Amino acid sequence: MAARLPLTFYREPLPGVDTSELQGQLIVIEGPDAVGRSTQIALLRQWLEQEGHAVLDSGMARSALAGRGIQMAKTGNTLGPITMTLFYTTDFADRLENEIVPALRAGFVVLIDRYIYSIMARAIARGEDRRWIEQVAGFALVPHATYYLRTDVEHLVSRVVMGRGAFDYWESGMDLRFGPDMYESFIKYQKRLIHALDAMVEPYEFTVVDAGQPIERIFRELQRRMSRLRRGRIPHRRVRGGQAAIEKAKA
Amino acid sequence: MHLLVPNRYRGKLIVVEGIDGSGKSTQISLLSHWLRSQGYAVAFSEWNSSPLVRQTTRRGKRKEMFTPTTFSLIHATDFADRMESYILPLVKSGAIVCADRYAYTAFARDVARGVSRRWVRNLYRFAMRPSLTFYFRVPLDVALGRILGGRDALKYYEAGMDLGLARDVEESFRIFQGRILDEYEAMAAEMGFHVIDATLSIEQQQRMMRGIVVRELGDSLKNGILHLPAGGEFNGRPSAVNVLP
Repeated sequence: MAARLPLTFYREPLPGVDTSELQGQLIVIEGPDAVGRSTQIALLRQWLEQEGHAVLDSGMARSALAGRGIQMAKTGNTLGPITMTLFYTTDFADRLENEIVPALRAGFVVLIDRYIYSIMARAIARGEDRRWIEQVAGFALVPHATYYLRTDVEHLVSRVVMGRGAFDYWESGMDLRFGPDMYESFIKYQKRLIHALDAMVEPYEFTVVDAGQPIERIFRELQRRMSRLRRGRIPHRRVRGGQAAIEKAKA
Repeated sequence: MHLLVPNRYRGKLIVVEGIDGSGKSTQISLLSHWLRSQGYAVAFSEWNSSPLVRQTTRRGKRKEMFTPTTFSLIHATDFADRMESYILPLVKSGAIVCADRYAYTAFARDVARGVSRRWVRNLYRFAMRPSLTFYFRVPLDVALGRILGGRDALKYYEAGMDLGLARDVEESFRIFQGRILDEYEAMAAEMGFHVIDATLSIEQQQRMMRGIVVRELGDSLKNGILHLPAGGEFNGRPSAVNVLP
């Protein structure tokens, strides 16, 4: 693989991690619930492995330490927004230290299904202080690229209803009850999530990908962008018109 | 930096802090019994006791899965749950909440573990500022004597064994608690701790605490705090006639 910029931390270095040892590539797929992230990750993984790369994929609430605890906490009715934010941050930290960093040391391509941005967006959508959570999550590594699968809430609704057949309590933000029923709460909550993610496009250098396209087209676009990245070009650091891409996706 | 959120509610939050073996738990227990006997609505919150998070912490400790960062985060998660579901609603309602350890424990212990001071202070920015914080100052050797005499085995994280400070558990415990003590001492003035000399007798310390409660909170306790009318009954037991001070 081509030489690339060394990884750095956003704010606070993680104790005991020497970033110069991290040889792999860190790729994040972001986007709201039900936008099709996991489908793309499965396709990308297959493709990368065929190309001969070792791949690790990692996603929220899958840590050995906190995964089970989060699932249990979500079955009850007392999980508050700050507690939820910190529980997910614990889960992320455990995966970062015990899965992601070791894989990067070993030269893997690490594909992450939702990064700190989703944790932050959920906290912001629930009215928590943006600066607080940005600093809390400041021990995260800056990824080589973040592909933001962007769509509007109407498209998400159709995907949820046609794909899964029902609304999920947490994906609908029912803990704060943004509306009288799951559908209306889903609309309001997901709009706030999308708004929070949109606001991160520039500061966190997301590459916006129109998630309204067919699966195949999205995959080909991701392939194209990642190939370019692997040839040593780092387009997301010179991204221009991120906002324009959002406008285009909205249109 | 704005650290903790001011308490704008009717209730009070009283906190005790200090290293292991400083005697703080005994003192907050005596204080809460006394306040209850005065007829006040008193609630109690212990470090590391959230029903949502406790299991995860316990398992992580048993399997020695923690790094300084995840150790810090899981304790903040536990604290957040107690803050959101217990401490905040009770203080809002007009109760006196007594907390055995608070955010300052994390400020001292996590920093002693090598976590960034700035980061851990921001982590707890959502915490309510206590009405009173008592800090039990004790020389390291006195505290160690109490702990080492009373228990068979020191626990792995309590002794800071994860940091590789020493092979011997007691030695590691001594070094780690010494670092924590330094952190407490460094923030005592900044955080406005009421310092109690924890080498005094239990009775003397308790008298001092009650004196400080009356002096600092006396008038505000007459207003708005939930308490039973003098001479009333509670659970079949007569409540105390005297209301502070």
